[in-house]
Amino acid sequence: MCTLFEGGENLNKFNLFDNELIPKHEILGEDELKSVLKRYKIEREQFPKIKINDPVIQQIGASVGDVVKITRKSQTAKEALYYRLVIE
Amino acid sequence: MALIESTIDSMLSNLDLPLNILQTLKEDAIKAGVNKKELEEIIEKVKESYEYAKVEPCEAVGVVSAQSIGEPGTQMTMRTFHYAGVAEINVTLGLPRLIEIVDARKEPSTPTMTIAILEEYALDRDKARKLAWDIEATHIDQLADVTTDLLNMQLIIDLHEKTLNYRNIAIDELVDKLSEELDVQVMLSENIEYQLIVKPKEPSYRELLQMAKSINNITLKGIEGIKRVVIRKDGNEYMLYTEGSQLKKVLEVEGVDISRTYTNNIGEIYDVFGIEAARNAIIKEAINTLAEQGLTVDIRHIMLVADIMCCDGEVKQIGRHGISGEKASVFARAAFEVTVNHLLDAGMRGDVDELNGVTENIIVGQPIKLGTGDVRLIAK
Repeated sequence: MCTLFEGGENLNKFNLFDNELIPKHEILGEDELKSVLKRYKIEREQFPKIKINDPVIQQIGASVGDVVKITRKSQTAKEALYYRLVIE
Repeated sequence: MALIESTIDSMLSNLDLPLNILQTLKEDAIKAGVNKKELEEIIEKVKESYEYAKVEPCEAVGVVSAQSIGEPGTQMTMRTFHYAGVAEINVTLGLPRLIEIVDARKEPSTPTMTIAILEEYALDRDKARKLAWDIEATHIDQLADVTTDLLNMQLIIDLHEKTLNYRNIAIDELVDKLSEELDVQVMLSENIEYQLIVKPKEPSYRELLQMAKSINNITLKGIEGIKRVVIRKDGNEYMLYTEGSQLKKVLEVEGVDISRTYTNNIGEIYDVFGIEAARNAIIKEAINTLAEQGLTVDIRHIMLVADIMCCDGEVKQIGRHGISGEKASVFARAAFEVTVNHLLDAGMRGDVDELNGVTENIIVGQPIKLGTGDVRLIAK
């Protein structure tokens, strides 16, 4: 767990995933990535993007080129998977 | 013979269906007590219906979304200001708010926050009140009467004792804060209690008048930008509603429940919580704005809009500086806004239009690649 805000003595250390707006993000392993790419018949660059300085990416410690798997809470499907490629 | 739960689970586990369908299927299968053959048949039927309900490949979902949001949009009120049911806080609603959302404005015209507080504060009105004072920006005019004494070249601040006690502000703190911000010596009056004297460094009228002005802008307590905080009871806990939004700073205040604190400023949510939260906020705000006007638009249309706005890792507007402005085709961009500029720039750069999209093919009068237009014959 990392801190969101730097400086100041009274800072709150908190986990971003506590917030109800933020879905679960995890770094996708190579094997799973391959099966996802195969399933959608796409290249890595065709994923939607997420910036490296996104607070959530900072927290999970992903690096540029990683693909993150996002488990969204969906009103229509209850749970939906989404993928984003980490970019500069 | 009815199936046991584990068998049902294993039969449902490898299906490519959404979770809520699987859950309903499981519940109903247990309730109805089906046997294996029946369940297999049900699964087949469900799969069939699900495939049928899916959007066809190459369907123009964007146009369908645009119409589905646009049509109810015509019925929205043009009146900007409404007092929403939440406290006495003024919130932009209706069409202006919807435009604000899809334009991805950095700052909404009426930023407001809903601050949830931790349980130990939320059940006690006094504690909630105290927290509200910590958040609301306090200025000198709320605490005192400031008079400019031109004769003695000084500002006289008559503090309201009651307000100070009520808001839990010590005089020493106040004096320190004022001297620091104004960069001059602030003194306690010798004769009168609760009176402060401020003198400019050098006796000059200009400086005195300037000081009289700038003293009003100093935030003595609370968070700058939070103009007002209203406490309301929601169920059995107290919630804070604010005018003005400072998500990052509010989250640093002790006692604020980070997990349920929300702002209608999508730009701030993006900065603090990231792109996925911003997407969720766009959906939530758009649906609420429509629902408040009694309009129901299917959430899938809104989700599509939010997804396209957030697909590049930042919140982009639907418009010429965002989605529409990034289209590959010159004609498609020229058809939207600032036609001449796009054509001129494209001409100077020598751009080539591949005529792959819908808009550009309509412009040149060719069949579009949609529906029957997408089918081509190949002679063998």
